[in-house]
Amino acid sequence: MIRGKAHRYGDDIDTDRIIPGKYTKTLDIGSLADHVMEDLDPDFRKKFKAGDLVVAGDNFGCGSSREQAPVALKAVGVSCVIARFYARIFFRNAINIGLPVLEVPGHDIRDGDELEVDLSQGIVNNLTSGRTYESTRLPKVMMDIVSEGGLVPYLKKHGDYILE
Amino acid sequence: MNRGMTISEKILSAHAGREVRAGDLCIVPVDGCMATDTTAPLAIKAFREMGGVRLKDPSKFHLVIDHAAPAPNERIANLHNLMRSFAEEQGCALHDVGSGICHQVMVDHRKVRPGDVFMGADSHTPTYGALNAFACGVGSTDLAAVMLTGKIWLKVPSTIRVVCHGRLPEHASGKDLVLEVVKTLTISGATYQAVEYHGEAVEPLTLSQRMTLCNMVAEMGAKTGIVSPKGLTLPYDFLSTDADGDAVYARTVEIDASRIRPRIAVPDSPDKVEDVELHKGTRITYAFIGSCTNARHDDLRVAADILRGRHIAKGVRLVVAPASRQVLIDALADGTIQTLIEAGATIINSGCGPCVGSHEGVPGDGEVVVSTANRNFKGRMGNPNASIFLGSPATVAASALHGYITNPGL
Repeated sequence: MIRGKAHRYGDDIDTDRIIPGKYTKTLDIGSLADHVMEDLDPDFRKKFKAGDLVVAGDNFGCGSSREQAPVALKAVGVSCVIARFYARIFFRNAINIGLPVLEVPGHDIRDGDELEVDLSQGIVNNLTSGRTYESTRLPKVMMDIVSEGGLVPYLKKHGDYILE
Repeated sequence: MNRGMTISEKILSAHAGREVRAGDLCIVPVDGCMATDTTAPLAIKAFREMGGVRLKDPSKFHLVIDHAAPAPNERIANLHNLMRSFAEEQGCALHDVGSGICHQVMVDHRKVRPGDVFMGADSHTPTYGALNAFACGVGSTDLAAVMLTGKIWLKVPSTIRVVCHGRLPEHASGKDLVLEVVKTLTISGATYQAVEYHGEAVEPLTLSQRMTLCNMVAEMGAKTGIVSPKGLTLPYDFLSTDADGDAVYARTVEIDASRIRPRIAVPDSPDKVEDVELHKGTRITYAFIGSCTNARHDDLRVAADILRGRHIAKGVRLVVAPASRQVLIDALADGTIQTLIEAGATIINSGCGPCVGSHEGVPGDGEVVVSTANRNFKGRMGNPNASIFLGSPATVAASALHGYITNPGL
């Protein structure tokens, strides 16, 4: 069970604003955390506490294929991302690196709301508003990757993709 | 009573070894894959962590040093060396500093062909749909899995058919057409879907212009973009794949190309597209002709034709990054580069250059940039306090000449 505060952002948050291209050329994951969201919200690092959630509207993570975007969010301690829907490369990348991401089409979560998330059931409880939301179900192959903790452990274990 | 198929369904069915339709999940062999200096270091790391020792097929894997090349600092220099040693160890191709932008390099070197399934660790990989291939952008870990297994899992996308009627008018190019499509579909309007281009306006387009059309499907959220092979000519024989007349589409968008005026995307999103005319007179200080969208030989020639015998406006710098070494050689051979330099342009090495804000040509605070690239998100070129307009090579060249946003047709 995940519990934390929602940091709410809008629609079409692109990967340039999650982690600017000038910082992406590195294998030092900590340096990505230093600059995460800085062009979107210069105060993000001050407000954010490890374990909090990032919540957005439509099309979160659009733009570049840089995996550094979900890596940076994970590195700073984001426990889960919730959006109405995601850009496809960001969504795959997040699942692949083991950052919990939930697609919750009709949510009305506001900045500062206290959330409780049951990842295995895909249920989000908004403790501030008292509302409950259900996330879209993932295809089985993605669920399998999630339950292994990402694509690296999945392939380390299976050596290949298994669809059925 | 099987209904017909889209181009994506046909190419993916041929690779899956069974008939697959929109919504089906499939695992397909990958004909080629590529990573850049932004994505390769993480991919190599993930490949090793997966237990990878040897690439499944080194002949199908390409490394391209293009995003920050030559290296601007020691950190990136070391990442480049990591890519060089990996290529040496694995016997795969390394396209080093100066080779050009990954997508142009793949096409110039014929590493992607019609009917292929290609995975690139760069969001503009759908560019190869110009060649009638199924090409997707993926992240580093997905790419590492392709390096290890030679395969990828995909959901077969549903398709948006974009039919472009009529002929593009003079002073309007493939860029103006694709900006119109981005505006129509919006930045998220094709998420998870394929965009298939058809119609009279598309058939006469060159490979270069077709690449521009497919390149910017990334700015619609699409999984891939593919142009109907009608009218496509390549310097080699190929088997083409076209959609069936009774293929099922998620939707069809009709565009009257004959009415397209020069278009420009205004800050800070590529789908905020308006007529150039509305912004005519907006002062600029920086013009950029480059990127995988519009820096090919024909793009540079359009700019040279506008600037020949003239000089860019005082207070404006024009930076030109030819898309690849081959483009640079061709543009040198016919005098295009000389014309641009005489007009006051600064030619920088082939690569991504200022488009991604990694190393060269970062704008200052408050500057207004007009660029032939594909994205104008806040901070895209390295400075969140600059504004970026996106237009065709003709618009950028004319704007550099006058010092304000304009197009030769206005």
